[in-house]
Amino acid sequence: MKTRISIILLILGVATVVHAQKYKIVKSEIVFFSEAPIEDITAINHDAIGIFNSDNNEIAIIVPVAKFEFDKELMKEHFNEKYMESEKFPRISFSGKVKGYNKKNQNKTDAVAEGKMSIHGVTKDIVTNGTIQADKNKLIFTSTFKIKLADYQIKIPQLMWQNIAEEIEITVYLELSPQ
Amino acid sequence: MKFNFAFLFLLILNVAFAQDDLLSELESQASDINTEVVGMFKGTRLINGHTVKTKGRGELDMIISHRFGTISSGPYELFGLDNASMRIGFDYGITDKLNVGIGRSSNDKIYDGFIKYNLLSQETGNGGNPFSMTLLAGITEKTTPRLRDFPEFTFVNRIGYSGSIMIARKFGDMFSLQMNPIWVHKNRVTAPETNNAFGVGTGFRVKLTRSLTLNGEYYARLNQRNMDGVYDAISLGFDIETGGHVFQLHLTNSAGMIDRVFLTETYGNWLKGDIYFGFNISRTFQLIK
Repeated sequence: MKTRISIILLILGVATVVHAQKYKIVKSEIVFFSEAPIEDITAINHDAIGIFNSDNNEIAIIVPVAKFEFDKELMKEHFNEKYMESEKFPRISFSGKVKGYNKKNQNKTDAVAEGKMSIHGVTKDIVTNGTIQADKNKLIFTSTFKIKLADYQIKIPQLMWQNIAEEIEITVYLELSPQ
Repeated sequence: MKFNFAFLFLLILNVAFAQDDLLSELESQASDINTEVVGMFKGTRLINGHTVKTKGRGELDMIISHRFGTISSGPYELFGLDNASMRIGFDYGITDKLNVGIGRSSNDKIYDGFIKYNLLSQETGNGGNPFSMTLLAGITEKTTPRLRDFPEFTFVNRIGYSGSIMIARKFGDMFSLQMNPIWVHKNRVTAPETNNAFGVGTGFRVKLTRSLTLNGEYYARLNQRNMDGVYDAISLGFDIETGGHVFQLHLTNSAGMIDRVFLTETYGNWLKGDIYFGFNISRTFQLIK
């Protein structure tokens, strides 16, 4: 009995390692959008890295904060230095599960990502809606959601004149290929 | 039954670890991403001298600088506030790396122009540049006394040149240090001053809050140290940033706001209270997006 279970465990353990089908991000576009009375601010980041395990639907994404590109150099500077404090907290990360992914379904389907998001050193549980599409060997994930700056303890300096919205819209587009 | 529990426990453990593994798998990759260090210095000037920082493409930086009289001039002059010399200047970013600038100082009515090129930017991440490096080349024209009153002090006589190689590094997220060998040439000088002056600038910046920094700057002269009444320029100040503006408030023993003057014509002695209170206000306009 004892040995049998051990063997089952061993096989299961090995099986997980061998068969884990992992996808990694090959192309990404993460857009930050702030709508404020004085000016709208948009920033784009193409440098996200991430892995998706299609066996257990687990996903992990890291976005380097300093790689957000703005129209104006000064905005980028303020974003990094004053809001995100990207030297202390260089990365935004998400780790969790994607619900609604089915290997056999090739159509665009609605999906839900659920997990922990870490921004500005603060980790929060989040649930966001999005879509998944399988295109030949590729997987395409999209999602749009809003985050409140206050939730992540991102303070708006009182002296700042160009106001930034208290709620930011994030649009995520990820293209993944088998690793 | 006991084994089933153990199995279940292991399974849960396995799932819990898998998630962390996925993220930690990424962590090592993430540290290979090089990103430019931000906020090494707030402004393109530390106090009197330049920093390695260049304005971004299409940014026009208007800098208005004031130096009041010396604090040692006493209460009658309200400790220097009755007098002021100023420089108004514009820096422009042709690219993120290449800047040009012009300016005019009321002190000796000097016009100045320069080209500044950011050769290297310090990066975080494994294998990134360990420091920033910027080259600076300038030209100046002193227009006092008037050319028509003193034609023998010709246009060419009044020209000066300068060059500097600035190297800076940000240590952690609070402290930045810059060192820059500097050279100033004046076409005509009065003995014992020589045409070429060499020096080394050392500057630092400590971030106090998100919008406030403490800055210091010391320009040591390497030659011409025998000149009576000329001192090394030493300055201390604060930067306050409010959106598109940077306010720099400082105390310095130099009345000059350009290298030609602060390297070779700093007449103030800190020990005697020949300290000028001054400020720079810099306002950035985005001309091209």
